[in-house]
Amino acid sequence: MNKNLNILTNGILKENPVLVLLLGMCPTLGTTSSAINGFGMGIATAFVLVCSNLVISLLKNLIPDKVRIPAFIVIIASFVTVVEMIMQAYMPPLYESLGLFIPLIVVNCIVLGRAEAFASKNTPLSSTFDGIGMGAGFTLALTILGAVREFLGTGKIFDFPVYPEDYGLIIFVLPPGAFIVLGFLIVIVNKLKTTKN
Amino acid sequence: MGKLKSSFKNMLLSLAFISIVVACLLAFVFKMTEEPIEKAKKQRQENAIKEVVPDFNNNPAEEKFEVEISDGSKLTVFPAKQDGKLVGIAVETNTAKGFSGEITVMAGFDIDGTVKNYAVLKHAETPGLGAKMQEWFSDASKPGQNVINRKWNNGVKVKKDGGDIDAITAATITSRAFVDALNRAYEAYLKTMENDSCKK
Repeated sequence: MNKNLNILTNGILKENPVLVLLLGMCPTLGTTSSAINGFGMGIATAFVLVCSNLVISLLKNLIPDKVRIPAFIVIIASFVTVVEMIMQAYMPPLYESLGLFIPLIVVNCIVLGRAEAFASKNTPLSSTFDGIGMGAGFTLALTILGAVREFLGTGKIFDFPVYPEDYGLIIFVLPPGAFIVLGFLIVIVNKLKTTKN
Repeated sequence: MGKLKSSFKNMLLSLAFISIVVACLLAFVFKMTEEPIEKAKKQRQENAIKEVVPDFNNNPAEEKFEVEISDGSKLTVFPAKQDGKLVGIAVETNTAKGFSGEITVMAGFDIDGTVKNYAVLKHAETPGLGAKMQEWFSDASKPGQNVINRKWNNGVKVKKDGGDIDAITAATITSRAFVDALNRAYEAYLKTMENDSCKK
């Protein structure tokens, strides 16, 4: 159990997929124009990650090595499609704002990366914990990134106004802002890590 | 059980097995969500129509028809009727002149051609600038930029192009595109009014 707990926290802090492993940059930069969008994208990815990790580790003996990548992709893609349809049916506003990025979860390096590096070598239980940890880390990073960009760009956090919108620096909501904020977040995380060591 | 060897037969069976199971799962979820998705789409369209035309008691979504405008594209028109009498029409209009991608607007007209209201349905304009379309052009306290209750004409333009509508600050392209979308809607409105069958 202790080992599983380690796996869980690993994904959130020490091996945070976005801030440390730098995987899945496309949705990270593309969807985080507001905190709620980042959070939604994170949750959707986390769901896919947990499901695909669990299923892949259950099926790992059934999948011959030479066809493992296509098999993983098929499994991941089907979970993404499920998420897409459910979101479209029950959460249309969120679907509107994430739109294009949902299908892109299929090619998100984190999902395939965890399937290949972890789920295909570990037990279903640890793989599930790894999925939850990585998913939580991804969601956390995206939410923070989205919140900072939303705050600096429009003066709101989670749509809650903090200061007048006219003083916001729009560049932070635009693509360059994503790179700038992500860069600074990585600096902070690196600094924290080095001081800890 | 050990790991399956990568023999041709094993690879074939394993991939086929996974594909079949996944296909069944997807078919199941598709069936389950088909209705809610349809409903959510309809709901959205209905809300948009309700917002932009005067009170009505028919079902505009069921009586919709397409109108071809001068550039050959087709716009969908939703007639709003009160007790069988036409009180206004909603036009789902679009423009390709946006700053980034297509802008879709539901525009509502009274029968005399006054813009009753509009709802921006889809756009990818710059957040904080062009994305302000919904608020900017419906601000009743600023008559220069307000289009609500404005009697529309052919070829309305923004001030920069010699027209009389104040463009969004720092988003002239978006403003032009928005006005273009309304102009297209107005054209569809005129075509609809020419057509006797729906005047009654």
